[in-house]
Amino acid sequence: MAKPEIILPLSYPAPAAAGKTGTWRVKRPVVDHKKCVKCRMCWLHCPDGVIGINEEGPEFVTIDYEYCKGCGICERVCPVKAIKMVPEV
Amino acid sequence: MPLKILTGNYAVAEAVKLARVKVIAAYPITPQTTIVEKLDEMIEKGELDAVMIRVESEHSALAATYGAASGGVRAFTATSSHGLLYMHEVVWWVAGSRIPVVMAIVTRAIGPPWNIWSEHSDIMAQRDTGWLICMAENNQEALDLTLQLFKITEDERVFLPGMVGLDGFILSHTAEPVDVPDQKVIDGWLPPRNQPYVYEPGKVFNMGNLPASTKDNALMRYDIQRAMEKAKQVIKEVDEEYGKITGRKYGGLIECYRCEDAKYFVIGMGAWCGDMKEAVDTLRGEGYPVGLLRLRFVRPFPREDLNTYLRSCKGVVVFDKSVSFGSAGPLYLDVITHTYIDGIKGMQVKNYIAGIAGMDVSYKDFTKLIKSVVNEVEEKGFIERKVEWFLG
Repeated sequence: MAKPEIILPLSYPAPAAAGKTGTWRVKRPVVDHKKCVKCRMCWLHCPDGVIGINEEGPEFVTIDYEYCKGCGICERVCPVKAIKMVPEV
Repeated sequence: MPLKILTGNYAVAEAVKLARVKVIAAYPITPQTTIVEKLDEMIEKGELDAVMIRVESEHSALAATYGAASGGVRAFTATSSHGLLYMHEVVWWVAGSRIPVVMAIVTRAIGPPWNIWSEHSDIMAQRDTGWLICMAENNQEALDLTLQLFKITEDERVFLPGMVGLDGFILSHTAEPVDVPDQKVIDGWLPPRNQPYVYEPGKVFNMGNLPASTKDNALMRYDIQRAMEKAKQVIKEVDEEYGKITGRKYGGLIECYRCEDAKYFVIGMGAWCGDMKEAVDTLRGEGYPVGLLRLRFVRPFPREDLNTYLRSCKGVVVFDKSVSFGSAGPLYLDVITHTYIDGIKGMQVKNYIAGIAGMDVSYKDFTKLIKSVVNEVEEKGFIERKVEWFLG
């Protein structure tokens, strides 16, 4: 068991230490881009930082489904109900 | 090497200055206050190039010291009693991080009832935290140990923080002649700051995050234990080197006083060992084969060094200036444990819990108590009451 070097309590940024957390999701957020008013409330509130903003394209809000855990906060904060949680089957 | 008249607290401040400490965090508490007061004065006079951070509590004092040390500089703080208990959480945090920090503990009893006199309950309550813990016998050693501790804690075989203890008032506020080494001598001996990692802008990492596996967590704990074992050798080496540059070496983890051909040993730590030495001299004069093993370090516990002497002795008297309520004195418990580990049996070990609440124990008291233990063992072959309180 003994290793020569010191064992330090340090961690470094790495992709998905806990794996692809999108697999934890029971419901997925789906955006109705026609209703979206570009207020960025979903982007601001997402606890996992999986909501991206695309200033140029037709879809202002993008969601990274590989890591979205499906908590539904974006649906709750959207002032125009442009996001709906749809069951994953 | 000028001889100065210094209190124990000023001796520690001189050592901190000689170590070229860059950041000091301070929260006042009796009897520690004059250490950081003196350091502040040195900074104001331009004698010490350091930043003084005045914080709102001891918890923050150690947190700020630790933060500065993580940033790559030598950092220092000092506290006593309730202050040390208040920082207890951060004490663990610093050791777990493996960032070297030196802190002075001017030992003082804990309330209630309120009490400012010297007792070892505050520093002994920290002995499971992963810090190196040592105590000075006099003001000269308070300076020397503080300097030694900077080098020991920053050795890559150790990388653990350390506390240097000195008895409140008995050392902290009593002036003695102290030999202060030249800055040049210390500069040539104490290398630039060394630590396992440094927080700096652009370097992205996190200390202390939840480990992916609890086994990793356990390995980090195991590594602290391993570093403690390695520290024993480092402490001896540093004491040896320090002896070469200053002419003063103390024996590493323990100091042996009149141990040659001794059949009985007295074990203690801190300032009252001076009185124990007086008692040993008196008893030697009366023909008692008694020696003193003074613990300079309690963490790591000097098992090997002590047992070299205890292996063939008839009796041991351990004086504790603190108590683990419901058990016995903590030094006694360690002595019993570590002699057992090495299979040493046959000798009688007596524990006196004395000096509690700062009650004075004179060299005459020590003489009387040690003599009674030796006589009891010689007459009966065993000690009836192994753990006893001495209340004057």
